Amino acid sequence: MRPLHVAWLTLLLIIPMGCTKRSNVNPPLSSNVYGAQIVQVSGDKQAAGVGSKLADPVVVQVNGADGNALAGALVSFHGDGLVLNPSEALSDPSGQVSVSVQLGGIPGSYQLVADTPKPGGGPTTINVREIALGYQEKVGKEVSYKYCATCHDPESTPERVSNLDNLTPPLPHQFTDGNTLNNMSDADLIKVIADGGPALGKSPQSPAYRSTLTQAQIKAVVAYIRAVADPPYQLPATQH
Amino acid sequence: MSLRNQFGGVCGFFVGTAPRRFASVSVLLAIVSAIAPTKDFFSQWRHYQKEYSHFIRTRPDAGRLQRRFESGIHQIWIPEQRVVDRCTTCHVALQEASLSDVRKEPFRPHPAIPHSLTEFGCVVCHHGQGAATTVQEAHYSTKAWEQPILPARYLESSCGQCHMDALEGTPQLNLGRRLLARYGCAHCHAITQPDGTLVAPVDEPPSLEHVAEKTTREWIFAWTKNPQAYAASATMPNYRFSDQEAADIASFLVAQSTPSDNSAKELPQSVASLPGSDTVQEGTSLYGTLFCASCHAIQNAAGNLVGGEMAPELTRAGNKVNPDWLRRWLRAPQGYDPKTRMPRYRFDEKQIALLSSFLLSKKDDDLLANVHLPASDAQSIARGKKLVSDYGCVACHRINGVNPPESFAPDLSRIGSKPLFQVGFLRGMPETLPDYIAGKIHDPRAFGPALKMPNFSLTDGQIEALTTALLAQTDRAVTMPPELVRSSPHPKYHPGGDAGRLMEDLRCQSCHAINGNGGDMAPDLTFEGSAVNRAWLLDFMKNPNTLRPALIRRMPKFNLSDAEIKGLSDYILSAYQASGFDSQALDLSTLNSEAATRGKQLFYSKYACQSCHIVDYKKDKGYVGPALAGVGDRLTPVWMYRWLKNPNALLSGTPMPNFSLSDDEARDLTAFLTTLKEHKKGGLK
Repeated sequence: MRPLHVAWLTLLLIIPMGCTKRSNVNPPLSSNVYGAQIVQVSGDKQAAGVGSKLADPVVVQVNGADGNALAGALVSFHGDGLVLNPSEALSDPSGQVSVSVQLGGIPGSYQLVADTPKPGGGPTTINVREIALGYQEKVGKEVSYKYCATCHDPESTPERVSNLDNLTPPLPHQFTDGNTLNNMSDADLIKVIADGGPALGKSPQSPAYRSTLTQAQIKAVVAYIRAVADPPYQLPATQH
Repeated sequence: MSLRNQFGGVCGFFVGTAPRRFASVSVLLAIVSAIAPTKDFFSQWRHYQKEYSHFIRTRPDAGRLQRRFESGIHQIWIPEQRVVDRCTTCHVALQEASLSDVRKEPFRPHPAIPHSLTEFGCVVCHHGQGAATTVQEAHYSTKAWEQPILPARYLESSCGQCHMDALEGTPQLNLGRRLLARYGCAHCHAITQPDGTLVAPVDEPPSLEHVAEKTTREWIFAWTKNPQAYAASATMPNYRFSDQEAADIASFLVAQSTPSDNSAKELPQSVASLPGSDTVQEGTSLYGTLFCASCHAIQNAAGNLVGGEMAPELTRAGNKVNPDWLRRWLRAPQGYDPKTRMPRYRFDEKQIALLSSFLLSKKDDDLLANVHLPASDAQSIARGKKLVSDYGCVACHRINGVNPPESFAPDLSRIGSKPLFQVGFLRGMPETLPDYIAGKIHDPRAFGPALKMPNFSLTDGQIEALTTALLAQTDRAVTMPPELVRSSPHPKYHPGGDAGRLMEDLRCQSCHAINGNGGDMAPDLTFEGSAVNRAWLLDFMKNPNTLRPALIRRMPKFNLSDAEIKGLSDYILSAYQASGFDSQALDLSTLNSEAATRGKQLFYSKYACQSCHIVDYKKDKGYVGPALAGVGDRLTPVWMYRWLKNPNALLSGTPMPNFSLSDDEARDLTAFLTTLKEHKKGGLK
């Protein structure tokens, strides 16, 4: 080969090398520790505004075949529409991995899937549900915190002491109680909020809010109840 | 050589003779004129519309959806809003509520909001380029267009372009706006809101004109270095001063300090003069019974803050304050700082001694253990003065000999529309405005070590909220037609006369709102004169007992004199009246025992009032609303009647529902409530 050809060839090889960005992607994690089971520790069923980051991270734990926590196992996270950081990690000495979750832009439930490889191949997985609130659900949350939660929520906060234990049975249902509330139609929920417990033959301890809340606020409370229901609320199939 | 020949041959074939020339030009023309329709035919929006019309065939209401679907480019044009939005060309199903289970874009219906699509279009809330018809141009930044779609997490900022008051559906925007005022952003940055008002800070940083009386140079040094090491809840930001700088600032602040009015006053006796051994224990329980925790917080053993956030945290107060200063302060806070929100309690000597002994015991021996400052000298003081002036300390604190700076920090009134070419992004950060604002709040000095903006101790959620509030400050918001801007007026109200001076002394409006002015910790007093009976009010002022046993925040006991109580009560009873509260509103003779019996039935059975209110402490347990035992002493019958008929009309936003009572029911309930008396002994006549 003539020297000119060599020079051309070198140049041709060098130029593309200079143009390619050096990739910063970390090499994929690997581990030869295999867990038998992955469990959820904390952070499930959090409700936050669409697109926002959840207040608390989701923490999962890998256990070995003996049921004890397992350190150094590879856990990877994925979920449609979620931004997860980190997307994979090795479990810490207490067998746990914590992931920060940013919700997608569409109101509704999101599934976070955490998996870890099993000894015999294939993964063992766990699903964690998180809830994104749209405008209407946020209104419902605000309204229900002000008017409903004192009796419907057994948890007390510094700003609000729960009144649930002071009521006489039948006691109110928690808004997350999907087993009961999913069976009530939107129309019935609206009726019981607007006209009080006796409108559906229930306790008069639940007052009528027809003259206190607007129709939009009442619908928003129903939307919020549907959003946080556990098990999740399914739209009736025959709505059309 | 042969290549050139061949090329010539091919050219000759097309341009050889006139008909050939004509034919080839015609073909060329045909191709050129076919380009535009072809591009159009394969355009993104046509692809989506085709996909949509296939998709709706699978739906149960296919016929209806097909009839409502129109192909072609759609446009929402609202000239007065400068809106030309073609988003609905691809987002074809925004108004199809029956598709609410669909999660595939661009075929989702719009979630329920209070505005219609045709009223405001899309970009007013979502940003992006409305006129574009490709995904790339509409959603993302290009060279010609740098306003990308606003990420969903900051979407509430768009509501803030018109709505100045807190909305139920925008918790993040509301929080962000509260933080803008609470963290004192507006001391340095001017932020003009769309209604023309400036964001007003609510944090009221203390005056430092007499600071040497209150604390030591060592404490100022430690605080300046890291305010949160002293009090986790401190809103004072961290300026990341070096040891030398912090020492210079401390030297200057001590040197500029002048004696306050309090310094000339007699010193209250110290706890050492008290008989008895466990004064700290006694002081602790006094701190509790005086409800200091309504405003002040102290960290408990578990590290949680217990108490309110209106006033400074006291976890390590013993490290900070001079014991003499503290005792004078407890007697007359306004003698040290005329603008403090702390009321002047009429503490007796023993209470002052006990409280100060308790507060001085709240200390952390490690906090100042390693602070050893060299003696202050003139150079150090001069350097300190320059730092205080350079860093704009006077934007927040009053300091002798340094004037408040003018336009110290950038105006943020239009930060939400800041052109991206003016933004200096950090390497590696996403080049969008929300990321820039959030990044700047998170770590301002990362954008340049010479920047003066300090580091605020904020959580991710707080930064997200502040960014949301700032993104509402757009060009569009500034130029919004005034009739679209929703804000309620903020009247200034200060009570006048002798009673007004007393109320000022007691700082009533730190906790109570009156005529739209004041705090929200305690009940609104605007109509208190119509609501309560004189005898009850006199008694309550003398010995405030709580109506809400579940709350940790309570009205403190001010140790008022009988004359003060009478003067104040008479003022409240005459000045704070609602209209229409004359005797005509309710015929008192109808409040007889039969009515009371019917009322009791309504109270306990039909309306189950006892689930929220306690009438009989032995039997009832509800504590959502105030206890009603003794309410017949407290409230006037007319007030009860009017309140029962429509509570929200008397107190906007009360959680008490409007039960739509008939006149008779409201009268019967009133008759029952007036029978609930406690017949207290003692009190004023």
